[in-house]
Amino acid sequence: MKTMDDFAEEVGDTSFVSVRGGGTRWDLGGSLMQGTSEVVAPKGVINFKPEEMIVQVGAGTKLNTLQNELNDLKQEVALAGFSDSTVGGSLAVGSSSHRRARIGAASDVLLQAECVGADGQQFVAGGPTVKNVTGYDLCRLLVSSLGTLALMGVVTLRTRPKPEVGVWLKGEILFEEILRCCYRPASVLKDASRIFLLIEGYEKDVEKECASLEKLGMSVMETAPIIPPMIKGRLGENSNDDLLDLQTGAVYSNTSQGEIEVSEGVKLLSERIKNNFDPTGRLNPGRRPY
Amino acid sequence: MRKRQRKVRDPLLKALIKALSEDRVTDGASARRIYSKDGSVMEGGRAGIICFPEDTSEVAKCISIANEFDREFVTRGAGTGLAGGSVPCNDPIMIVTTRMNKIIDVDLKKRIAWVQPGVVNLDLSTSLKGTGLHFAPDPSSQQACTIGGNVANNSGGPHCLAYGVTNTHVAALEVVLPDASIVQLGSVDGEAAGYDLRGVFVGGEGTLGVATRIAVRLTEDPPEIATLLLDFSKMTDAAETVSQIIANGVLPAALELMDRNVIAAVEPFAKAGYPMDAEAVLIAEVDGLPEGVSQEVDIISEIGMKNGAREVRVAANEEERERIWKGRKSAFGAIAKIQPDYYLHDTVIPRGRLAEVIEKVYEIAKRHDLVVMNVFHAGDGNLHPLLVFDSRIPGTLEKVQLAGEEIVKISLEAGGVLSGEHGIGLEKQRFMSQQFSERDLEAQDALRRSFDPENRSNPHKVLPTGSSCGEMSSLNEIPEGIWI
Repeated sequence: MKTMDDFAEEVGDTSFVSVRGGGTRWDLGGSLMQGTSEVVAPKGVINFKPEEMIVQVGAGTKLNTLQNELNDLKQEVALAGFSDSTVGGSLAVGSSSHRRARIGAASDVLLQAECVGADGQQFVAGGPTVKNVTGYDLCRLLVSSLGTLALMGVVTLRTRPKPEVGVWLKGEILFEEILRCCYRPASVLKDASRIFLLIEGYEKDVEKECASLEKLGMSVMETAPIIPPMIKGRLGENSNDDLLDLQTGAVYSNTSQGEIEVSEGVKLLSERIKNNFDPTGRLNPGRRPY
Repeated sequence: MRKRQRKVRDPLLKALIKALSEDRVTDGASARRIYSKDGSVMEGGRAGIICFPEDTSEVAKCISIANEFDREFVTRGAGTGLAGGSVPCNDPIMIVTTRMNKIIDVDLKKRIAWVQPGVVNLDLSTSLKGTGLHFAPDPSSQQACTIGGNVANNSGGPHCLAYGVTNTHVAALEVVLPDASIVQLGSVDGEAAGYDLRGVFVGGEGTLGVATRIAVRLTEDPPEIATLLLDFSKMTDAAETVSQIIANGVLPAALELMDRNVIAAVEPFAKAGYPMDAEAVLIAEVDGLPEGVSQEVDIISEIGMKNGAREVRVAANEEERERIWKGRKSAFGAIAKIQPDYYLHDTVIPRGRLAEVIEKVYEIAKRHDLVVMNVFHAGDGNLHPLLVFDSRIPGTLEKVQLAGEEIVKISLEAGGVLSGEHGIGLEKQRFMSQQFSERDLEAQDALRRSFDPENRSNPHKVLPTGSSCGEMSSLNEIPEGIWI
């Protein structure tokens, strides 16, 4: 497996550089400047500690590979992606699962990141424990940063127990009725007319909730619906053809992200952050997460 | 009779009074003394003029004046912090948020509450009674601490094991930045685009600006709760039980451990039913739907028995549950009766090394001829060794300091971190370079400089500065309602 030193050497300290994951959301935040060299982060599951509910993994590891390994011990990480998505890519995009209301957001997953900064030097953000308030939480900043502040090489992630079962239902039903029947549903997604509901937990509890929901006209789905990626910064009111998460307000859509819009104050602050972390703009040039 | 107006000559004081009102700005000696300290062991702070703004615009005015007069400012809620995060250095303007205590709006459908930073943690959940929702972070000082303080420290609490610490429960923030501009970070609808400025602001210990309105996510009350009490004749068995519960895919709502010294102090006082001859008791709480709760109770009981638990007791009713928790929550108060002074630590270690590290903590205390008591959030490896002592005995405070340094050292050597929920503040600045390299700290400083280029907002905290305004002292008064 590639070491952090190898990775840092590839990143170097002068030329424009981008790290490539699975390329599944490659143009998010803008196209990469032409002529930018591409590097790949270390790959492989390094250390899975189920009793700590943490896993250390190369950021270039495919998300599916990781989830399969965790699955053997009935754990998972709360990241979403496509079949080719990598762990690092999913973190860089900040790709939360549609089950976010139950399992948490992508930003809660990253505990520690071994990174290469714009100066080519390695640094560590965060810590390897599940609870940590030591210093500034740079991990929060790295998630969703599209690799514009530092390049993640090896990451330590929070894992969580996988639910015993999960069942999808669909139907036309009021959100309030769902909440009366279900405790902490994993997903409540609404398109133009229907609701798609995922309930998870211990088998007998899920059976009982299913029975209540079927009485209200919902039907169990044979297969899970196809859920497009989350589009950050988009409000539910504009989402006629999209899926709106009624619990979190997140929108899932196949239409492209488009221009990311933030307030002037947030933009100024984001620019200061970018300049302080990457004064020459060499990391993922052309990409702007703000 | 007309109230006599005080003559104000100090232009800074005059400007702040003009911005707020005379009765909400003070430079009186007694107020300055009070606001020079917080709940920590850090002494030597010096508060400047103290302001009590009531809304965002008034906070912005205070910060604008601080900029105009080239002064630093420190924000403070209830002052319950245990790491000196709100201890002021060099007479800064104190922005006290206790009058910003309104619950602005509760949206039960979206499960979001907008609150001002001075709202007391427990008051929010109390106000939500009957709605089926609550605010999940339950730090030990929840009867007194403010939600603004929780945001600053990314506070935890026993029930954060399953539900996550404050950061997980903050959707958005209105913040006055150190340049006095006002921004909204995060979003109550979905996830905000751009850098996660909300996420990084939470836990910034007041060094990145002032949160003036906070949108918190509300958590559904669980339909069923089961509280278990397991007692052990060996601490190592209790620690192993904790590891195996997690490894078996059970993430309880809370997993709290107490050692023999704590049991001996607490039981006669709280009558919680802890066996006096136990070396350790473990409180495990699981919640959720009935079948899941029942299964998890069985799993925990079985793991406990396999690891040498002498008895596993499941609280039969709410009264018994409350009694079990009363013992846990009164530990701090009971301990205070053993010795006049205390120093509480806060480090995190991997759960798998709990037994070994606790054993080393005992060795350290013994070597320094000190009494140590361990009551902690075992589920997330968050240790709280509490050194109790009598500071009137010459040389004792020095021994406490040395023992504290050794506890930090062994925690880091075990693969842990400096703080799980108290933060760095002034107390642990000097240890930061033991956990982080110079380059790691430079990256953290880059973030800080981005928010506060002039280093005006709660300066001298978190990152090592080479000098500190505070000195460690001892504490001998446990504020009412505080538990560990």
